[in-house]
Amino acid sequence: MADQSLRKPGIAVTPEKYQKLTQQYTPKPTIVKNVVRAFIVGGIICSIGQLFINFFISLGLARVEASTAATATMIFLGALLTGLGIYDEIGKFGGAGSIVPVTGFANSIVAPAMEFRREGYVMGVGAKLFTVAGPVLVYGIATSIIVGFAYFLLHL
Amino acid sequence: MNLKRVGNQTVVFANPPVILSSYSVVGPKEGQGPLGKTFNKVWEDGLHGEKSWEVAESKMLQEALQGAIDQASIQKEQIDFMLAGDLLNQITSSNFAARQMTLPFIGLYGACSTMALSIAVGSMLIDGGFARNILVGVSSHHDTAERQYRLPTEQGAQRAMSAQWTVTGSGSVLLSGSGEGPRVTSATIGRVIDYAVKDVNNMGAAMAPAVADTILNHFQDMHRKPVDYDLITSGDLGAIGLALACELLKQSGMDMGTRFTDCGVMIYDDSQDSHAGASGCGCSSVVFAGEIMQRIKVGELKQVMLVGSGALHSPTTALQGESIPGIGHAVVIEG
Repeated sequence: MADQSLRKPGIAVTPEKYQKLTQQYTPKPTIVKNVVRAFIVGGIICSIGQLFINFFISLGLARVEASTAATATMIFLGALLTGLGIYDEIGKFGGAGSIVPVTGFANSIVAPAMEFRREGYVMGVGAKLFTVAGPVLVYGIATSIIVGFAYFLLHL
Repeated sequence: MNLKRVGNQTVVFANPPVILSSYSVVGPKEGQGPLGKTFNKVWEDGLHGEKSWEVAESKMLQEALQGAIDQASIQKEQIDFMLAGDLLNQITSSNFAARQMTLPFIGLYGACSTMALSIAVGSMLIDGGFARNILVGVSSHHDTAERQYRLPTEQGAQRAMSAQWTVTGSGSVLLSGSGEGPRVTSATIGRVIDYAVKDVNNMGAAMAPAVADTILNHFQDMHRKPVDYDLITSGDLGAIGLALACELLKQSGMDMGTRFTDCGVMIYDDSQDSHAGASGCGCSSVVFAGEIMQRIKVGELKQVMLVGSGALHSPTTALQGESIPGIGHAVVIEG
């Protein structure tokens, strides 16, 4: 806490009032525009994924295998577009529509890999690969273990 | 002792140091902006053939520093101290630039207010009789700042509308106790002011109270008014921070009129999609070294106040739930 006994700031506005002023002067996020764009971009990405699933089924794969193959392909495309420097442009436009699908996950792993390559492959890429995706992995895996255990208990 | 300090926070120089020269080097985005022609050198990309952005930023700072020396037609041996700073951890760009320059080095950190801070401290050293010539330079780089403070540069994330774009640029000036040129007549050292802004995407709001406080104290200490200056510009408040600072000053009884602007809103135009404007040490330094110095030299501006604005943001404490304190340092230049 700032020492209140010393000379106070000369501004005649209290921090509480300043919070209100800040809200007033800070532009609100354009929610409708963002939602529409996320819908379009997310929809396109998922539709492409569906096309790949259909394609792999047509090649003779069973449904589950086709899904897995399509997911792998989408991850590859996300990584490729990140490497080409295109995915961040898509992300700027699409927001959550590009972050949430699995291509966004690929982007969140390839981006740090590219970034920290300069600090070496072990301490750079190796140590920092999951700086962005880390929480998703940690809490996703932890939750699945808890749910799996609960499932096991329920079926005893 | 003949105290040159007046009021609460201001120093008035008995023999105002001269700004012998200035030099600015910027990246492509800044070169494409409205002030593109005022910069001495524009790089074609942020990497400039170096092996990392950090190395590139240090190289840019060196070019700016050397440029100021060359423009002043002074020998490097005549420079007593080098004052420099940047945004990176351990001010590493400045450290490596200082290694190349081989001058006695004083590293400074004021976040984005480092240019104004360095000019103030450099002027104090000269007017105090501790130096004849001082080389001052700061730098910032969009990509080094992003990878340290925020996300990897290829990460597909949307920036908030209140976010500012870190300038890739380096500005340098050569201060001297003798010679001809615009003079630094006074400086007001700011206090850290924290108005509990926690939004790391709204640095302008974090800095505005500190800038307003420094401006108020400066005018109070100097018994002056905004009309006494031809231009008052903050370093990088951005559009939102500038509006908030104006409002804070108005509510504190000081109407800045139309002469209060911000380097962060001058350096990019709307088509460059910087959102709230520019930020970074480089912002105030390249706008000052280029546009402002040029306008002073042709006589268009006689009395200018540069208020460097710094958001003392630490990613560590921000994650711990702390707010972002701000600071503002003012220097007055007379043509």
